[in-house]
Amino acid sequence: MKLFFVFMAALLFAAAADAAPVIKEQSRITFVSRQMGVPVEGSFKRFDAEVEFDPKETKKSRASITIYLDSIDAGSEEASIEIKRKPWFDVKNHPKAEFKSASLSFFGPGRYRVSGNMTIKGRTRPAFSDFTVKERGGYRVFEGKFTLKRLEFAIGEGAWSDIGTVADEVDVSYVFSVPVQSANK
Amino acid sequence: MSKLETGVNATANDCYTLTAVALHWTTAVLVISAAVLGIYMHELPFSPTKLRLYSYHKWLGVTIFLLALIRLAWRSAHPAPALPSNMPSWEKNAARGGHAALYAFMLCVPLIGWVMSSAHGFQTVYLGVLPIPDLIGKDKELAEVLEKVHAAFSLSFMALVALHAAAALKHHFIDRDNVLRRMLGLRGLP
Repeated sequence: MKLFFVFMAALLFAAAADAAPVIKEQSRITFVSRQMGVPVEGSFKRFDAEVEFDPKETKKSRASITIYLDSIDAGSEEASIEIKRKPWFDVKNHPKAEFKSASLSFFGPGRYRVSGNMTIKGRTRPAFSDFTVKERGGYRVFEGKFTLKRLEFAIGEGAWSDIGTVADEVDVSYVFSVPVQSANK
Repeated sequence: MSKLETGVNATANDCYTLTAVALHWTTAVLVISAAVLGIYMHELPFSPTKLRLYSYHKWLGVTIFLLALIRLAWRSAHPAPALPSNMPSWEKNAARGGHAALYAFMLCVPLIGWVMSSAHGFQTVYLGVLPIPDLIGKDKELAEVLEKVHAAFSLSFMALVALHAAAALKHHFIDRDNVLRRMLGLRGLP
């Protein structure tokens, strides 16, 4: 039994060394959709993100993000209920959205582009995002955005696929904070 | 021609300008459309149609507000014709007060709607292209209060519109004066 705990602790430690989970209180994922030309802000309250970042070795860096879609705030009560339903995210059958990085490229001092695969509603599509990295008070802060085309993932089917009402493009922004120490590993 | 010579007397000031007539009837159509739309869209289930109708309703509101400002500016340069001299003074006062209240509603109902929309977290983007800044931020409790105020003011507005129309018909069919005719762009009765 004792051995088991030691084994579990070792496993946990190994996982922690592998990739650093972000500090949730200092991280966020928000988005802006457009309804009839009106920008509407929303956010995801629950997500897991693990970032392994080496400023010198982009090949060693990686990120994986999991968003729990039932934690969505789509800007209004009505919209937040609707967007979990079948024509939109179909949260019952597809509770998570995932991004897994495949490569990282260096753009300039503190500027990078991450490319990888995005899986939403059972559909996996290539995706990339430009972001900046800053060190702030012992944390490494990743800040970036990308444009998601909702129809590529069948988010908003049937009558909702009309992009004249709800635009195809959704601007997603994120901030992830990781303690520098563990991020340095 | 004779108008220029006679200056400001009863006959010269007997008609509304065609601009005033056009603005009045445009406003009438828009206000009634906005009211019908407002009542209809409210109970709809969440759908693309509902989103569209809400936007159209807001665009109507902004247009009505702008038209009211234009009408007030026009009216200040081209005064409305005098009320028939045989009207009792209480009726004249009621007519003036009613008209003032109609203008007040044309301005404040859209204003409350705009602030209410901001409180709900939805900016108003006129015709889908011109963003109107939010006066206040998202505030759910305030939004719910403003919803009630917007509805109460709108219903009072509609009641006053009905009274306004009834008064015009009374002038036409009972008093048999030219009050309605002149707003139809017709020449006043001799």
